[in-house]
Amino acid sequence: MPNLEHPAYPSATLLHLESLVPCRESQVSMLLSIFGERQQFSFPSIFIYGHTSSGKTYVMQTLLNTLQLPHVFVNCVEYFTSRLLLEEILIQLQSCSSETEQTSHVPCDTFNDFVRLFKHAVASQELQDQTLYIVLDRAEQLREMEANILPAFLRLQELTDRNVTVVLLSEIVWELCRPNTGCFEPFTLYFPDYSIGHLQKILSQNHPPEYSADFYAAYINILLGVFYMVCRDLKELQHLAALNFAKYCEPVVRGEANERDTRKLWKNIEPHLKKAMQTVYLREISSSQWERLQRDNGEPGQLKGLSAHTHVELPYYSKFLLIAAYLASYNPVRTDKRFFLKHHGKIRKTNFMKKHEKTSNHLLGPKPFPLDRLLAILYSIVDKRVAPTANIFSQITSLVTLQLLSMVGHNDQLDGPRYKCTVSLDFIRAIAR
Amino acid sequence: GCFVFKPSPKKRRVSQKTGNDFQERNNDSEDTELRFVTCQSLWNQIKLETEQIQEDLNKQLFDNLISFLRQSHSEFQEKTTEWTCQMKSREIPTAALVLGVNVPDHDLTFRSVSEVLQNNITPYIALLEAKDCPGIKNLMQKLMGQLMDCYIEEDSLEDEDCVQVSQKRISCSMTSLINWYESVTKKTDKTPSKKRTSTSRHWQSPPVVVIFKDMESFITKVLQDFIVISSQHIHELPLVLIFGIATSPMIIHSLLPHSVSSLLCIELFQSLSCKEHLSTVIDKLLLTAQFPFKLGEKVLQVLINIFLYHDFSVQNFIKGFQLCVVEHFYSQPLSVLCCQLVDAKNRVNSLSHDQCENVRRLPSFRRYVESQASEKQVALLTADNFLKEIIQKLLEDLHVYHENYVSVLRCLHVFTSSLPKYPLGKQIRELYCACLENQVWETEEYESSLQLARMLNKSDLVTMLQQCVEIFVSSSGKEFDKTVEKLKEFLTQFQKLEEAFQEQDVSVSSQKDLQKKTDLYHLQKTLLELKESRRSKKLTKFEKLRFEVVDYIDSLVRNYLVPADHKTLHEIFYFNSASVLREHLNAAPRIALHTALNNPYCYLKNQALKSDGGSISNKAPDICIVYKLHLECGRLINLVDWLEAFSTVVTAVEGPNADAASSDQVDDIIHARFIRAVSELELLGFIKPSKQKTDHVARLTWGGC
Repeated sequence: MPNLEHPAYPSATLLHLESLVPCRESQVSMLLSIFGERQQFSFPSIFIYGHTSSGKTYVMQTLLNTLQLPHVFVNCVEYFTSRLLLEEILIQLQSCSSETEQTSHVPCDTFNDFVRLFKHAVASQELQDQTLYIVLDRAEQLREMEANILPAFLRLQELTDRNVTVVLLSEIVWELCRPNTGCFEPFTLYFPDYSIGHLQKILSQNHPPEYSADFYAAYINILLGVFYMVCRDLKELQHLAALNFAKYCEPVVRGEANERDTRKLWKNIEPHLKKAMQTVYLREISSSQWERLQRDNGEPGQLKGLSAHTHVELPYYSKFLLIAAYLASYNPVRTDKRFFLKHHGKIRKTNFMKKHEKTSNHLLGPKPFPLDRLLAILYSIVDKRVAPTANIFSQITSLVTLQLLSMVGHNDQLDGPRYKCTVSLDFIRAIAR
Repeated sequence: GCFVFKPSPKKRRVSQKTGNDFQERNNDSEDTELRFVTCQSLWNQIKLETEQIQEDLNKQLFDNLISFLRQSHSEFQEKTTEWTCQMKSREIPTAALVLGVNVPDHDLTFRSVSEVLQNNITPYIALLEAKDCPGIKNLMQKLMGQLMDCYIEEDSLEDEDCVQVSQKRISCSMTSLINWYESVTKKTDKTPSKKRTSTSRHWQSPPVVVIFKDMESFITKVLQDFIVISSQHIHELPLVLIFGIATSPMIIHSLLPHSVSSLLCIELFQSLSCKEHLSTVIDKLLLTAQFPFKLGEKVLQVLINIFLYHDFSVQNFIKGFQLCVVEHFYSQPLSVLCCQLVDAKNRVNSLSHDQCENVRRLPSFRRYVESQASEKQVALLTADNFLKEIIQKLLEDLHVYHENYVSVLRCLHVFTSSLPKYPLGKQIRELYCACLENQVWETEEYESSLQLARMLNKSDLVTMLQQCVEIFVSSSGKEFDKTVEKLKEFLTQFQKLEEAFQEQDVSVSSQKDLQKKTDLYHLQKTLLELKESRRSKKLTKFEKLRFEVVDYIDSLVRNYLVPADHKTLHEIFYFNSASVLREHLNAAPRIALHTALNNPYCYLKNQALKSDGGSISNKAPDICIVYKLHLECGRLINLVDWLEAFSTVVTAVEGPNADAASSDQVDDIIHARFIRAVSELELLGFIKPSKQKTDHVARLTWGGC
């Protein structure tokens, strides 16, 4: 493994940095060599991408903080409009400089203003002889803002004529981000997913003070054995590790096993972890509920998960409306006459089934249907006479707001609204009972 | 197009005019003022009662919610440095509040939730609705607006200017929210003496509660963004989310991807089902002698049907009930007597002559008069004073009848609710409707339920009898001492029977014989013998007793559960015009529209419009003529033909002599009238322009309505 080396920074700091970013040494050294020395101009824009929790944000943050490089760190989801984003960058820039007093809030509506204010902010402090880094996290959000924002950030160095580098962090590849009109191509850097070994190493690093590192590493090993198949999210794994560690320690605390008795510990924890995978991991029951269960040594069966409560009680006509909607969504129009009319005449069987309809309608998904058809089916499936009262119509609307039906197209009401039934067959079976 | 039926004397209007509406119809002294006052006081009582019910029913839910909120940010309070707490990712505590599909009721629930939270946990509560939040920006604006407003309320006027500054620069980002929160909490820290009240109730840093009223309607992206943003700042801003869910908690998983839902720590809270709520409301409002006002069978059925068939909304049920109250006091002049018995007796004495005549006109009273001796009949019909005495007596009778009715009804319900297949209904409301409708003992269902009751086993029977005893003991009726005694006697008899049975020991059962004989022929023989013996066998003691019990219950029912409309003067207390109610509550816009256009006389009450069969009168408004003509057409309507038909109708009766002059050329004015009428029809949604053929329009409706 290459040790981090760079002439510009003291080796002690680099060593410290290396210990903080395990399994990301090559990426860090690459970044360091791009950054160069403090006063050197760097690449105008760098695009870093990688899967969720592959350490992009963490590595950038630790790198910039440990080396004490002047930087601005902004999350594009949080600052959802360009105005908020630009203003936030300027505010952080102000706080970067210790000398200038906190000036009042400056409105910044356009990128033009931003460039002007940025120049002003950078000129007024000691930042001039250092590269300033602007890190935009979740940069894919920039696509949703005005068209000029992303290209302008990519060549901010050129526009402002200052020593600045923009770092974009994103979960998607650059090809999907690139605007159609073309732009300055950033330097792209890929953060690969952590392998199981990496995860093991990183997770074992933060062991609780009461227990030895080996003991915790063994635990992490078991945990990864269960969860690695479904979850590679480092954050999530860390969370799960913390949640279940108390249970793992139980035999040791009770004195039934010592720390080296791996097999016994494994037998104790494995079913527990499997249960956790079905419940906590899916957020069927919350982490706090899970902890409480552990403390009381209860069975998870007592606590019903969110999905257990599927039953929805509906008013009488709503049920029929929903059933009618389901029938209208999944039956072809041609069959209506056959199913819902008393005297439908004879059925010509040969013609009835066309070839392509042999595939189940359930695989094709719901089809839209007009309101009239829904009501016609409703009238035929309800035994009694149904008056078309305002209550019936309002029920259709409320079914739409409950997302049991969905409206297709937002046409004029006079054109006859069309709906789709969005519930599953199981749901319909449950309410039809 | 939709006709809105405006319930005529709605509360607000009435209170403004102080009962003038009640007077409109008859200007004579029908105690309108008094009726109005009675109506109001009665309604206020009922309203208080319903609010109390709501509060009691929600108490459990609210307590759970409060304890959840207290726990949720305990870590934030203590700032623990434990290893597990450091390692665990901080999730946003989230309460998923499953409230059922009765959306109209949710508003009230949320109002009381926020009230309770405000009193117990935190002053910082924001209620968000999906329709206000089409984007994350709007959501943040709404959120900050509500939070900062509540801060103003909490604080006095002195801080107003500083808040206004923060509102002026509406940078609705999380940072400004956090700054706001810090400044607010710091302020409370600094000046604890000034705000003793708030700090004693809340903690140093109370959580910020954000309630999403209708989770289902929120746009997924907005919700996701908000959760992602706030999870990044959970360390600085102790946020708690409450999701109001109408369907099932599954919706959380279908709305939020795992990456987002893993940021939440969701706990489920379920509110009471609306059906149970309704049962309690009916129990407390109708099955009690506390309120003199009663609903007739048909009316109650209409209200319950609207509830069960359409909306599940208890609020709407109560609104309907309110409408009944108002309508009853408005339309029934004698409703002045619909009050507590003591007041009613006083009021009887001061009845005017007109009111006495009103009493005499009541059908139930006329039946009563006819059943009396002839001289008494004369006195009743002529002497007001005598009449008043009798009224007082009858009112008292009715009062006693009501008191007894409820207890016996509950007692009967104890029996019927445990029978298989529930011939008389599972809920007491069904039984109540059946009893109100007609003499319940004459129905088939009652017969079959008695049959079933005669087959109950002993332990069930004993528990039921005990329940009945409890009901009668706690009831306010005075006549039940004997009943209670009788029931207790039954119980002791059962007790004795049990003792006797134990002494007797199990006699040699024929079952044993059966097992011995394996031969098919013998087996058959013995079985036949057994059957014979069983048929001829005398009833056991237990069976006899069981028959007695059931017969006794039957006699109680026959005595006390006489339908109300057999009672004299029931019109004073019972509201029976179901059709009025149906018209108001279960509006049929299309039918109303059709009647209005087809038969304008129905609404306009203009004698000239009185239609005679199918012909089209030219006196009718243009739109009616156009509508009637369009009913005769097919799917596509030719505008030119239509115009010609219209002009024929309009000009027809004006005189055959004028006909010749304007036969070829359609008058400009008529043309304009036609175009206006057609566009009105289009506005109402009966026709739309068609693209298939030019100068044609397409019909959108079919059939009579």
